[in-house]
Amino acid sequence: MSLTLEQVRRVAHLARIEVSDAEAQTTLGHLNGIFALIEEMQAVDTNGVEPMAHAQDLAQRLRADRVTEENRRLAFQAVAPETEAGLYLVPKVIE
Amino acid sequence: MITRGVSALSQALAAREISSVELTQLYLDRIARFNPTLNAYITVDAEKSLAQARAADELRAAGNATRLTGIPLAQKDIFCAQGWLTTCGSKMLSNFVSPYDATVIEHFNAAGAVILGKTNMDEFAMGSSSETSFYGVVKNPWDTARVAGGSSGGSAAAVAALLAPAATGTDTGGSIRQPAALCNLTGLKPTYGVVSRYGMIAYASSLDQGGPMARSAEDCALLLNTMAGFDERDSTSLDRVKEDYSRELAAAKGDKPLAGLRIGLPREFFGDGCAPEVMQLVEAAIGEYRKLGAETVAVSLPNMKLSVAAYYVIAPAEASSNLSRFDGVRYGYRAPEYDDLNDMYARSRAQGFGEEVKRRILIGTYVLSHGYYDAYYLQAQRIRRLIANDFVEAFRQCDVIIGPTSPSTAFRLGEKASDPVQMYLSDIYTLAVNLAGLPGMSIPCGFADRLPAGLQLIGDYFSETKLLDVAHRYQQVTDWHVQHPDGFDRAV
Repeated sequence: MSLTLEQVRRVAHLARIEVSDAEAQTTLGHLNGIFALIEEMQAVDTNGVEPMAHAQDLAQRLRADRVTEENRRLAFQAVAPETEAGLYLVPKVIE
Repeated sequence: MITRGVSALSQALAAREISSVELTQLYLDRIARFNPTLNAYITVDAEKSLAQARAADELRAAGNATRLTGIPLAQKDIFCAQGWLTTCGSKMLSNFVSPYDATVIEHFNAAGAVILGKTNMDEFAMGSSSETSFYGVVKNPWDTARVAGGSSGGSAAAVAALLAPAATGTDTGGSIRQPAALCNLTGLKPTYGVVSRYGMIAYASSLDQGGPMARSAEDCALLLNTMAGFDERDSTSLDRVKEDYSRELAAAKGDKPLAGLRIGLPREFFGDGCAPEVMQLVEAAIGEYRKLGAETVAVSLPNMKLSVAAYYVIAPAEASSNLSRFDGVRYGYRAPEYDDLNDMYARSRAQGFGEEVKRRILIGTYVLSHGYYDAYYLQAQRIRRLIANDFVEAFRQCDVIIGPTSPSTAFRLGEKASDPVQMYLSDIYTLAVNLAGLPGMSIPCGFADRLPAGLQLIGDYFSETKLLDVAHRYQQVTDWHVQHPDGFDRAV
């Protein structure tokens, strides 16, 4: 299998990573090399094998529905690129 | 003083031979002298470290010291530490002063340990050479033209050059064991779920596990005693009874301390692909184990060869999801110029992430995308099951598995940096352990051309205590682990 330049651009868009034409070209070469390595998986018969998502195969633990965190908004917003009146600022989304 | 490990330093502190302030200052001076050569630390903050050291000395004066009180430790820059710049080796977090502590840091602080600094690493722990850091490459103290291994290369270089008595690392595909091997350290990746991941910046959540990197198994046990434990803030933390991982080490067991131990030698570890000079040292170590009373049995891990393929689907898939949080909104880097919200995301991520991180995010996004999920992601998870089952089968015939940690000694800086596939293949002996979620160690087993090689020990789930004992017994009869590189002034 081999990716196309258009697929690289599409994946980069899905991942929200800007790529220049030159970068897309280099990335294409690297990704194809990596997928050639991954491809050996396809020859393996895994019929009836249960996918393993997690090392311990445990169910997600539930916790009581109560507040455990204190409000530390100021401390957390101190590391934000841009805030105002306790809100995170981003470019205007709706005109 | 400077060549002493954690255990010996702990005794020196208890005997009032030295104070924590003096010990911390000793290390800070060495860091100032030698870090410019090695680039092992990203952040050092003498004032903060010394304040912790003073508090530790007071704790001791008040009679409330633990084994780690006053011990300065290097923390991998993947662990959030309140008030410390925490970069994860990335430009993306170049301005991130953490507002909170990781659970591991909290445990060390509670024990009275001192944070000596934050160590360099491959960006977001993605790499095997510590060359992908935004803060520059880490150099191997045994030969500064070579890599220290990765991703915990800064921690490994710091401990090897005596710029810290011990350090933390994290291991997603070998990132504790491989740099430990390349820098002549003892490193332990615990069973998945033993050490909390809370505040440990996520790469591949089903594989990531923190652990100690030190001079000896004895020191690793001491650190693990503080690091391990159930944490309700980590959804995959395991609720188990607290263990003393040192408990086997002190016992006198005669001259055949490992009598009855069955060591499994998987044929897949002993075929082609490993440098002969490394294999020779591994074979010699196995001979040493026989002298200690262990017997060896041939075992097989037939699916291990698929671990590189499965890993490079699963880890990037999880990374693409984990790293979507870095969007320039709530923390981290934001591009200076952009047109709209989407453009802000795309440019912040393009500028904030390095090449290898972007590459893995793209692989992950692709294998999770519509039409490819079954063929790649699900298939990789099925193969993961086959790999884990191989270990279940092997551990029916043996108690511990032994082989090389890395197929070669430290390679040259730049040698594999431009070829991701060659870099990925250097993790061939370590990846399967993470996929199965097992504990694994690397211990020093000798030198080839003055470069250290590592012996890998793999145990069944929750067998850390046994692994540490197996490592310790070898270290009682060998002196590889107490060798230090030249050129870093040991006379202090």
